[in-house]
Amino acid sequence: MPPLVITRRSFLRTFNLAAGGLALGYFPVEAWAQKRNGRNGNGEGLRPNLFVHVAPDGRVTLACHRSEMGQGVRSTIPALLADELGADMAKVTIVQGDGDKRYGDQNTDGSSSIRSHFEEIRRAAATARTMLIAAAARRWKVSEASCEVRDHYVFHRPSRRKLGFGEIANDAGKLPVPNPDEVRIRPNGELRRVFKPLPNVDAPAISTGAAVFGADVRLPGMLIAVIARPPVVGGAIRRYDASRALAVPGVKKVLELPRPTAPYAFQPWGGLAVLADTTWAAIRGRAALDITWDDGPNASYDSEVFRVALSSAVAYPGAAVRNVGDVDAALAKAARVVEAEYHVPHLAHVPMEPPVAMARFDGGKCEVWAPTQDPQGAAKEVARVLGIDEGAALVHVTLLGGAFGRKSKADFVSEAARLAKAAGAPVRVQWTREDDLRHDYYNTVNTQRLTAALDATGRVVAWRQRTAFPPIASVFSGARQPGAGELQQGILDLPLDVPNVRAEACAADAHVRIGWLRSVYNTFHAFATNSFMDEIAHARGADPREVMLELYGPPRAASLSELGIKQLRNYGAKLEDHPVDVGRLRGVIERVTAMAKWNERAKNGRALGLAAHRSFLSYVAVVASAKRKPDGGVAIDEVWLAADAGTVVNPERARAQMEGAAIFGISHALYGGVTFKRGVSQQSNFHEYRLVRIGDSPARIHVELLPSALRPGGIGEPGVPPVAPAVGNAIFALTGKRFRQIPMRLERVV
Amino acid sequence: MSIKFRLNGAERDIEADPEMPLLWALRDLLGLTGTKYGCGHALCGACTVHLDGDAVRSCVVPMRRVNGRSVTTIEGLSADGNHPLQKAWVDLSVPQCGFCQAGQIMTAAALLARIPHPNDAEIDRSMAGNLCRCGTYQRIRAAIKKAAGTVED
Repeated sequence: MPPLVITRRSFLRTFNLAAGGLALGYFPVEAWAQKRNGRNGNGEGLRPNLFVHVAPDGRVTLACHRSEMGQGVRSTIPALLADELGADMAKVTIVQGDGDKRYGDQNTDGSSSIRSHFEEIRRAAATARTMLIAAAARRWKVSEASCEVRDHYVFHRPSRRKLGFGEIANDAGKLPVPNPDEVRIRPNGELRRVFKPLPNVDAPAISTGAAVFGADVRLPGMLIAVIARPPVVGGAIRRYDASRALAVPGVKKVLELPRPTAPYAFQPWGGLAVLADTTWAAIRGRAALDITWDDGPNASYDSEVFRVALSSAVAYPGAAVRNVGDVDAALAKAARVVEAEYHVPHLAHVPMEPPVAMARFDGGKCEVWAPTQDPQGAAKEVARVLGIDEGAALVHVTLLGGAFGRKSKADFVSEAARLAKAAGAPVRVQWTREDDLRHDYYNTVNTQRLTAALDATGRVVAWRQRTAFPPIASVFSGARQPGAGELQQGILDLPLDVPNVRAEACAADAHVRIGWLRSVYNTFHAFATNSFMDEIAHARGADPREVMLELYGPPRAASLSELGIKQLRNYGAKLEDHPVDVGRLRGVIERVTAMAKWNERAKNGRALGLAAHRSFLSYVAVVASAKRKPDGGVAIDEVWLAADAGTVVNPERARAQMEGAAIFGISHALYGGVTFKRGVSQQSNFHEYRLVRIGDSPARIHVELLPSALRPGGIGEPGVPPVAPAVGNAIFALTGKRFRQIPMRLERVV
Repeated sequence: MSIKFRLNGAERDIEADPEMPLLWALRDLLGLTGTKYGCGHALCGACTVHLDGDAVRSCVVPMRRVNGRSVTTIEGLSADGNHPLQKAWVDLSVPQCGFCQAGQIMTAAALLARIPHPNDAEIDRSMAGNLCRCGTYQRIRAAIKKAAGTVED
């Protein structure tokens, strides 16, 4: 039987599903030609921008322009647009925005969808609302100020007249589009839907298997490619024999991909692609390839050896990146010195959906369907590798089956584009799990050495923190020194009420591709800082919570001079809008310790550990409970998180992100780590790169979002960093065993 | 070879490599994409379907073993998404990215068919083969109990 294919028309019909009156579309239905002419939809009605279309029949289409990877952005942005507009959600169709510069920034990373775009999303809808009001006011010959919009109508307050959206959509569409920066946006109190739990719009399609992820897109005549990539980054094919692969039934072609040149950025690894009519044939074909590799310059990378090098690096001073007072003098006359070294290995993203992308190349244009976090970036890469204009590359965004930063890199997308052109057929590139673990953009590897001087009363009078890691910039420029964008994550922005503070950064070379993984540098900086605070407390025989609060000091906005730095990137936000607010940090610590009954922290064979961290402009504190199992082992049986993320648009999904962050962080703590020998990842699948399963996930995870009217902070990432150190501190409290590295290997705890 | 089996209640007869895993036959030959590829070695559970009512990892079940048997996928679990588990998954907003959830639901459905009111330990044991990178386990436990009509304490 030939493969079943779906034509474009039936494809769109099949996947534009209706769910409870709420229509959901994954792909805009306009044709390529309309798209290129800058028109969207049928040209009728009101379309002041790409976000909003009001049709003459009253139907409203709202675009989610950011990628859905589990954070709930498709449930959040359209609801915010609808609320600002005054639309009835039952008459709204949600479409997923293609990559298009007219949306502004679409790169869904840095927990930025709401915190960086809260106002601009609302202005897009407010522009449409302003135009609907203007059209109604003209028809009624009344002032615009006497009109308001709600429930899909424009109302004239004095006369109680009303006009439905559909009745004035065409009139409104003929008016000039006002400057979005000058339209009135509603005060938060006027929004009816958001700031309360919102429905999870994709849950019905997900639970019936109808939701469309990257590998679910099918085109007539497509081939499926599985690629044998060089086992070591920067390696290449020395020679190959594809005859056995070509003999596998279903295999159509074997194509060589070009070798990347350093710096590797988002270039594919190169290698040999097997194209077949089924995934199984492509997998079998790849297994039948006979390839001799030239492993290239990174073939000597051994992560055990590298760990020794990092440890040596932090034994000596690095570049001083932050300085207050005189740390050396304070250390020289300290009553007591506490010192410890911490290590966090490379970590892998392992989204449940491995990288995958579909591309069709046709007469100089390339159309892509991919689970990408960054459709504009992907289009740019596709255009670059094909040598076509950026405008000739169109990227449609499917649902992302997890991403965590991996799918912000376009390497897998441009593989599909290149192969589609070379094969003269649509091509889906399917990565196997082994490909994913061996060719990731790993979170970097880090060693830190922390040193504290205590005076005779036990008070910390000096804090020295040295951090060494190959920076992400290595991927783009070959840089080896951590920079301001990296050190802002837990080194430069750590508020300490300590008179002498110095932070130093040590250079390190990268031997694998390094990328951002959920929370990025915060993961290891928070691990070291929070573990060390706990160590200081135990060295003093004091309550870790009291020592932590003492170290952070009184509520205040920590100034640059207090921090001992000249500037702070602050995740792209102004410091006056988002100060380093010690009061908020204290607030989450105080809240989470109350939730967890910190005062009863060691009894009945369980013990609690505490950690807190500011990242992505939000503040999260975590308490973990470690418990003795009947077999003598240790389990993490309960976790509490208190988060202050400012104004939260969708508290239901925010809570879900915090629940997930607890599991993500426990996976890091207990099992995380990719190791390398001869430049090759030693973990190939889930038996070697372990994740928390349901049986070792806590029996209960408690989340509280602190009420706040402040500007929104990040949601997706800030929950993760405090989890691993809270787990480590809880294990210490229970067993006396201090883990200064990840993974913690609980089976070794007796 | 020709392989005859029941798929979501309908008789099917397809030509397939007898060694091709059921997962790829479902996705590439039969157009049923609700069943997901996550690991290829029965390590993650994203590809879970029912074979004669038992939860199996379709990525390691060759088509020759499917001959003459009955397969149910997520698309065939209910007519219109009204299986108690599907309703509970939506009510409790279990999915985050959603990629593993079809497999989670299929494993849970086989569990409830065997043990109508599972306790936490039974849930954890049955669901041990299904990974969720987003970390939705707490809600999965709650949704299974809700579907089973078990009152949460």
